[in-house]
Order: sequence, then structure tokens, then C-alpha cells
Amino acid sequence: MNILVCISKAPDTTTKISFTENNTKFDEDKVQFIVNPYDEWYALVRALEIKEKDGGEVTTITVGEADHDPIIRKALAIGADKAVRVNAHAGDAFFTAQQIANFAKDKGFELIMLGKETINYNGSQVGSMVAELLDMPFVSVASKLELNGSTATLNRDAAGGEEVVEGELPMVISCAKGMAEQRIPNMRGIMAARSKPLEVVEPAEAEMLTEVVSYSLPPEKGDVKLIDPENMDELVELLHNEAKVI
Amino acid sequence: MSVLVFVETHEGKIAKAAYEAVYYGKLIAEKTSGTVTAVTYGDASEGDLEKLGNYGAKKVLVNKNIKVANDQSLTDLAQQAVEAEGAKIVVFAFDVVGKSVAPRLSARLKAGLVPGAIDVPEIDGDNFVVTKNVFSGKAFAKYSIKTEIKIIALLPNSFKAETSDETASVETFENGVAESKITLKDKIVEGGEGIPLPEAELVVSAGRGLKGPDNWGIVEELAGALGAATACSRPVADIGWRPHHEHVGQTGIAIRPNLYIAAGISGAIQHLAGVNGSKVIVVINTDPEAPFFKAADYGVVGDAFEVLPRLTDAVKKFKTAD
Repeated sequence: MNILVCISKAPDTTTKISFTENNTKFDEDKVQFIVNPYDEWYALVRALEIKEKDGGEVTTITVGEADHDPIIRKALAIGADKAVRVNAHAGDAFFTAQQIANFAKDKGFELIMLGKETINYNGSQVGSMVAELLDMPFVSVASKLELNGSTATLNRDAAGGEEVVEGELPMVISCAKGMAEQRIPNMRGIMAARSKPLEVVEPAEAEMLTEVVSYSLPPEKGDVKLIDPENMDELVELLHNEAKVI
Repeated sequence: MSVLVFVETHEGKIAKAAYEAVYYGKLIAEKTSGTVTAVTYGDASEGDLEKLGNYGAKKVLVNKNIKVANDQSLTDLAQQAVEAEGAKIVVFAFDVVGKSVAPRLSARLKAGLVPGAIDVPEIDGDNFVVTKNVFSGKAFAKYSIKTEIKIIALLPNSFKAETSDETASVETFENGVAESKITLKDKIVEGGEGIPLPEAELVVSAGRGLKGPDNWGIVEELAGALGAATACSRPVADIGWRPHHEHVGQTGIAIRPNLYIAAGISGAIQHLAGVNGSKVIVVINTDPEAPFFKAADYGVVGDAFEVLPRLTDAVKKFKTAD
């Protein structure tokens, strides 16, 4: 099985978010970057499990500049065989999807896997766009993937619960909780990652459809109003008359 | 500008998020002197489709031949409707179908998409700017869409839809669409008769402070009294006290109900990311230093085992008096 896993860079989940340059840029100062958790815990680890069982090769692809190399090495340390970095700033989702589709189009990948969203932009766009550009089916927010030859059986989120669906490879899958368990890279993996191939390719010509104009932070909450735990009638009264939510 | 709204149906029923999307489409149409057309599929009744007019649709296009949600066939349907109506703005709900169809349509039409919008677009000449949540609810970003056709996927619960007595005309719109390459084998319905969490306006949530899965009765009783959905923190879902689909937070689902009541949850930054779009937050915790109190509107420093039943009684008393 020849699998491509899309890996994105994201700030660590505990990061306090702030912006610079007149609120047009995320302030990366002192920020610890990680592999986007959905890409790592679910897409990459499930891809590795499939490879370990059925053989084949797991390649990662990342659209980003050289500052992405540390998180790409992390993906290699977890067990990917080789990595590709498209040397460009990931301008928007469509730009990123075009780069991935352009790289993947003649490589014969049977599965293209990625997380259900990134934790920084929360767009859920790239997988579906790659599928469209490569004319492949797309299964979104999948929590289980089993393969039988070239037939994939998946559980995916659906209105009111889950659906079990089936389709023929190749396909694009966005992965969510349940797909696999996080793996912590061991020392051998970290050492091996240093010598695994990380190929840098130049970007294809591509367009951007959207652009961030500015960022802002939610307004600070006022002080919490403390209610006597003996007096829940007061809380109900406040929720009704002051907050007007019940 | 002509606004097209993609309306998702599920087993013949129109989803709440789809009504919100139609209403949102109407708000945009009012700003741009346009009209709203809805496009849908499946088995929703004629009456239900006409009622989309209550929310602002003038016309509803329906393809009854499409029975199962599939991203490739639904993208064809959306594209056909965009072309037939000359739509310049396309609205989806940012739900399961919206997340797979809207980006596909965006790539096909080269039409910029803002997924998870929370506000009506700012339109000024050629500038078309839409706000969405980023950094898992920790910040907002304004996105400019630079293409002629613009697509917006609206985050559920961002708008309360207002209705009128208008009805929509319903037209059959059955062109051929791509055959589904994905086949449906089975459906697993979760939560039974409960309110789906992403759509819920009131949510009661609990964490490790509840000490064990057998103690959730007091959470469910409060939720029952309020007509609320139940949710939980990540540790509780990870140890299997509660099902994963109840997990709200950065790696679970992000919700934005009108009221979020959290009992026995300390309020780690990852949990807050999933709930800080809530309009009002009530925190119940024995520890007055719990970080969640900083994000709360109302706080109760007390034992959930005593406070929750007391709150349930107070809610019941209020409901009977109301």
C-alpha cells in the first residue's frame, strides 16, 4: 500500500494566542510548534499501522518553508518512510490543496490521508479539495478504516450518528478520533529520522482564493458573578432575567 | 446578488443548521438586493420545502433522485444550481455535508470559501470580508474572498433564525449527477432521542469531578429539566465514562450554545477552546481556584453532587411557574 499523509504545522495546544504587525500576523515568538494533532495521531499513525500489516510505504507531504523541517522530522521519527516539503508559504487552503494534488497526481498513491482539520485554521477544506482536484472520492471525519484488498470500509460522522461506508481505492480520507492511538517516537525512531529522505520540491504555479485581512481576540470576560451554592433559585432567576438564556 | 443556499436533509427532515443557513442567506440578500434560492435533495415533504420561505427562500430547487448524501453527487447538484441561478454567493451549513461538499465546490468553481463563518459578510465595493473562528475558538480572523463567486459555510448556532409567513415555490431540479463511488452499508444512531450536541442551545457538561460514570444521573436530570444536551470533558471520554461524541474541547467538538453549564471541569485551555463560543457559561466547582471561573459568567463554588440536584429543582420550579 502506497500512502500519502498530509502533515501540517500547528502551535502547541497550550499556546496563548497573540498577533503582531497590526493584528495581521500570528505571533510565533516563543511558540512551540507541533505536528497538527489530527494529522499525527490519527492519519499518520493509522497509515503506519496499515503499512506494518500489509507492507508498502508511507510518504508525508507538507506545504511550508524551511521552518517546517522540525515537525517533518517528528513525523519521520514516528515512522513515516520519507517526506516531501513543498517549499512555499501555505497561502490558503486551495493553494495548499493544489500543491498536494500536483505532487500526488502521477505517483499512484492508493490512500491520501490527513486530519479532519488543523487546530489553527479549523477549515476542514484541504482534503476535500485534493479529492476534487484528483477526481477521487473523499470520506470526511472518519473514525475507523479497515482495508480488504482495494476495498476500504470506514466509519464516518453523519447527521445524528455515524455511517459505515465502503468504497474502492484510491480515495482521500480525513481522520478523527478513534482512527488510531497517538504514538510517542522512541530514541531509535528519532535517530533513524535524521537519515530518512526529506525531499524539498519547488511549488507549482497555483492561485489563492482567500486571504486573511486581520485577526482579533475574543473580548475579555468580565468578572464572574458568584452565586451562593445554597441559592440555586437566584441562579435560575439570573439566567432567565439577566442572561436571558432560559 | 443572487444567493444560493444548500439545504441538507436527513431522513426527510431539514436540519436546524440548514434553516439557519437559509436565514443567513436572506440577511446577505437584503444587503445585496438579491433573492435567495435553496437547493436540496432527498425526501423532505413539499410542505417542509415551502416552509423554507418562512426563513427567506423565494424558490426551492429539489432533486428527489438523490437519496444518499455523497460529496461528488451533491457537488454536481450544487454546481448545477449555481449555474442555473447565476448565483454569486453560495451558503452551506458548516456541518458534516457542508464540510465535504463546500470545499469540493470551491475547488471546482475556483470560488473562495470561508468555512465556519460566524458573522454576516462585510461588503464594501469589491471587498467581501467574512469572520470565522480560528485557533480552535481562541481567536477570530477576517477573511477576504477574492473570487467572483463566493462560498460561505455558516457555523451552526451562530444566528437565531427569524421567520415570516412567506412560503417558497418548489421546483423539481433533476439533472444527472455523478454516481456515488462510496456506498452506505450501515447507520449507527447515537444518543437515541437526545438533542444532537452541535445543535443544542442549552448544554450541561461534566468532568472528572463527578468521580464515576454511575454518577451521571444528576447531570442527565438537570439536562432533562432544562431540555439541554449533555456533554463531557476529554478525560471523561478517554476513560470511557461517557461516549466520545459527547467530548467537547479542542480535540473533540466545538460548540456555541446559548448556555453552557460545566460541573466538575477545571477548565484547561484545550477544553475552553471548544466552549468559549458559548454565550453564557456557568461553572460549578469545589475549587475556587479552578481556571474555568475566569471564563465563566456565573460561578458556583460548591459540590456538584449537592449543587446539581438543587439547580434541577430550581429549574423545575421555574418551569412550572412560567
